[in-house]
Amino acid sequence: MTSTAKSTGKPVAKPRRHGLFSARSRGWHVDAFWMLLSLLIVLFAWEAIVALFDLPSHLLPRPLSVVGATVTHWSTIAANAWDTTVAVLAGYILAVAFAVPVSILIVLSPQAERLLYPPLVASQSVPKIALAPLFIVWFGFGLETKVSVAFLICFFPIVVDTIVGLRSIDPALIQLARSMGASPRRVFLKLRLPGALPSMFGGLKVASALAVVGALTGEYIASDSGLGYILLSASGELNTSLMFGVLIVLSVLAMIFFYAIELLEKLLIPWHVSQRGQSK
Amino acid sequence: MPDASARNASGVAADALIEIDGVAKVFVGQDGEEIVALDGTDLRIGRGEFLSIVGPSGCGKSTLLSVVAGLLEPTEGEVRIDGVRVDGPYTDLGFAFQSDLLLDWRTVLGNVLLQCAMRGLDARKYEPRARELIASVGLEGFEDKRPFELSGGMRQRVALCRALLLDPPMLMMDEPFGALDALTREQMQVDLLAMWQKSRKTVLFITHSISEAVFLSDRIIVMTPRPGRVREIIDVTLDRPRDLNVRDTAAFSEIVHRVRLLFQEMGVIH
Repeated sequence: MTSTAKSTGKPVAKPRRHGLFSARSRGWHVDAFWMLLSLLIVLFAWEAIVALFDLPSHLLPRPLSVVGATVTHWSTIAANAWDTTVAVLAGYILAVAFAVPVSILIVLSPQAERLLYPPLVASQSVPKIALAPLFIVWFGFGLETKVSVAFLICFFPIVVDTIVGLRSIDPALIQLARSMGASPRRVFLKLRLPGALPSMFGGLKVASALAVVGALTGEYIASDSGLGYILLSASGELNTSLMFGVLIVLSVLAMIFFYAIELLEKLLIPWHVSQRGQSK
Repeated sequence: MPDASARNASGVAADALIEIDGVAKVFVGQDGEEIVALDGTDLRIGRGEFLSIVGPSGCGKSTLLSVVAGLLEPTEGEVRIDGVRVDGPYTDLGFAFQSDLLLDWRTVLGNVLLQCAMRGLDARKYEPRARELIASVGLEGFEDKRPFELSGGMRQRVALCRALLLDPPMLMMDEPFGALDALTREQMQVDLLAMWQKSRKTVLFITHSISEAVFLSDRIIVMTPRPGRVREIIDVTLDRPRDLNVRDTAAFSEIVHRVRLLFQEMGVIH
């Protein structure tokens, strides 16, 4: 028993190889391999289902025809993907710009909490999508309506998680800071705010997915541009291949957005539990 | 300190650094119920004295420490340090809590230098002193590590360095070794004692451990269960400097026994 324990303890000291599966580069090479493999399996299964059940292409097009439609309509898809991206980012950034100061205000001032929290919660009980027709009346067809829906749907999760983060400071830490003569401003900037970042990023990540949902909803109901609009018109023409192409582009966009936020998290809070071991 | 002696008209020993006069603290709970955490406490703590406070949980030991440090306002009575009434946080002291309160986003060095960030001092000026302290507690080479890479004992050492950075004349220690394993705890006691022997800071040390209190202190304050009051003050007459072997002497056991008897009389230990 002791000898095996010793021998399993040893490989740590082994020199690192730099091959495909070496300890060092294991991370993304292996990840990419498995991602590619799972993608191939999905594509193969897809092709097989279409062939096996002889499905008509307006129900489920073959993968190749999806690629074909995507290539044919690429310039349209790209232009509209840009519109959607602008709406997503605008709604998201606006939400962050408002949600963070509001959360800080709520945490710092009991009066602000009593004043702001009830209407905030009330606004959450209204399904945001139900408000969209109202936005059409206010902002008409176009960017503003998309941005408004995206903004509204991202706002609350960011507020909730920022508040939780700001409140989770250890009271003893505040005592310690006071015994060092720290002003409330210093306590906030140097202790409370950095301590709130991990929780804040939880909200920011949830909101990043919701922003896409919000922008898409805006495009469904009140827009003549964006990937949501293309999806609707492709649906009207029963162009299922194009719909699949747009859906794939959309999910890639959403993934890039999510991982961008996650990268930012890694850069800003490399010290947090959730990041340890990954960053090394 | 000529000022202090001038104020000592009330017959207080001239070398008392901290004077606690009839301090009581009443907390009002959410349901309006009053909780007397601390009741009519009088104490004189000498300059350079190592004083431990032992008592059952909830007897107001931590409350007393917070009142002395000016973090809590007493409901009755007052605290004077160097003859001056404490009114608001007293900042010329170092604090150590049971939880080390290290910041995850700061390195070991950065955590020690938190003092500067909180007081608005130039951290670069204090960096050599911080490095010296870190080395003195045996953590040389760990300056740029993050707290999560350290063991509990190492973390508490960093917290101690943080408290000592500005070389304060007083240390407030609220069960600083309470969360450590027994062996680490003994080592920390030895190290703290060595540090105290050299610097002769005034130390207010809260603990649940009778033997820890006897080993470290000049005097031990035994508190009653809530509402907390001073039950008895016990002089620890063991010679200094002390090492761990003193724990095996009859004199040591006798003092431990006396303190334990008090707790038995109060019904804290059966």
